[in-house]
Amino acid sequence: MRALLLACVVLPLIASACAADTYVRVPGGDFPTALKYEDARGPQRIAPFEIMRRPVTNSEFLAFVNAQPQWRRDRVASVFAGPDYLAHWQGPTRVSTGEQGTQPVTRVSWFAASAYCQAQGARLPQWLEWEYVAAADATRRDARQDPAWRERILGWYARPSSTPLPRAGAQVPNAYGVADLHGVVWEWTEDYSALLVLADNRNQDDAERNRFCGAGALSINDRENYAVLMRVAMLSALNGADTTMNLGFRCVREVR
Amino acid sequence: MKRLLLLLFATALATTALAVLPALPRDSVYQSPAQFTDAQSRQFAWSAKRGQVQLVSMFYTSCKFVCPLIVESGKAIEQSLSAEERARLGVTLISLDPEHDTPEVLARMRRERSVDPARWTLARPDPRDVRAIAGLLGIRYRALADGEFNHTSVLVLLDAEGRVVARTERIGGLPDPEFLAVVRRTLKP
Repeated sequence: MRALLLACVVLPLIASACAADTYVRVPGGDFPTALKYEDARGPQRIAPFEIMRRPVTNSEFLAFVNAQPQWRRDRVASVFAGPDYLAHWQGPTRVSTGEQGTQPVTRVSWFAASAYCQAQGARLPQWLEWEYVAAADATRRDARQDPAWRERILGWYARPSSTPLPRAGAQVPNAYGVADLHGVVWEWTEDYSALLVLADNRNQDDAERNRFCGAGALSINDRENYAVLMRVAMLSALNGADTTMNLGFRCVREVR
Repeated sequence: MKRLLLLLFATALATTALAVLPALPRDSVYQSPAQFTDAQSRQFAWSAKRGQVQLVSMFYTSCKFVCPLIVESGKAIEQSLSAEERARLGVTLISLDPEHDTPEVLARMRRERSVDPARWTLARPDPRDVRAIAGLLGIRYRALADGEFNHTSVLVLLDAEGRVVARTERIGGLPDPEFLAVVRRTLKP
């Protein structure tokens, strides 16, 4: 199994052999996002795509780093990854013994995560794709209006971040068959820097508006949906080289 | 055999180039493998700009309001410099909209806004590289439904090695004095 996973990362050519195991097909649909796009009101059209069943693990990322040594923490260009990139590993090409290999990889920059997905013939998810899959619970594709769903997610946000990470994929998968979208790590999206949410929409004076060319910035339709609100606030504050101790990723690819 | 010779020749050339240039600093945006096409349809690697201080921004030609101001801001900086300083500064404007900003469209913009092709480069990136290039420059953007883009308006100053040394979001005909001071300092021979 481990050898197969390794092969998927190192040899994108045979990745299709691993696909059934790693990726889940998500049907398209019209999705009422919690965000408010002033240029495109109403539900957003989501095309079908395939997404990883669970976040990328430390072992999988290690295989990638071994195949592309320019992504080793001791060799990476600092424009692509900040000083804490993979700092939790035992060495540049060694994850710590014990649980770490199966835990979701964190302390990865957007550039490194993108390069990983690219090596798989995949890409990072768009925000809307991520939000769409993450709206589900174990039985419903859109559980967002359920107060219990919201409570559970907020419960996770309230947990101290020093709690050790669980094994990736250990949680019950959602209605699409995708696990760990909530409750384990934060995740990069391809368009993290498209989330032009100003710090406080209520005090948006002209100077602030002029920071962006074109129409007004994003705002939030569903102010009660803290799960989405916090994700967007976090992603919109990040730069591409940033890493944090609880920010990981998973890849998506076009339907084959 | 011919191919082998060619290969050897290419290797020799590459080795010579490596010998001449010291390693690129790790904090240089020229670590990016991005390639561009300019308004004259010439292809070049971003790292080909190494060796000259560059004023850089991202824009798109169909933008009606802020983007023309970005061009004006670049010109205003140039006009505040001495002829000697000006000759040492390059300006690179990178399109956020490579689908529409073809070399022909860029060439038209160059004529309409009368920018000097000797010092200014209007660059079309590969569509797959736009987000990464913007990320290296600290530029956030989103494509809007009507074909416009919502984006950070900023001038970024890169030193000759491609390191970001200053940035300003004060866009317009009057240069940001602090930014201008850094431009002058960076241009000192």
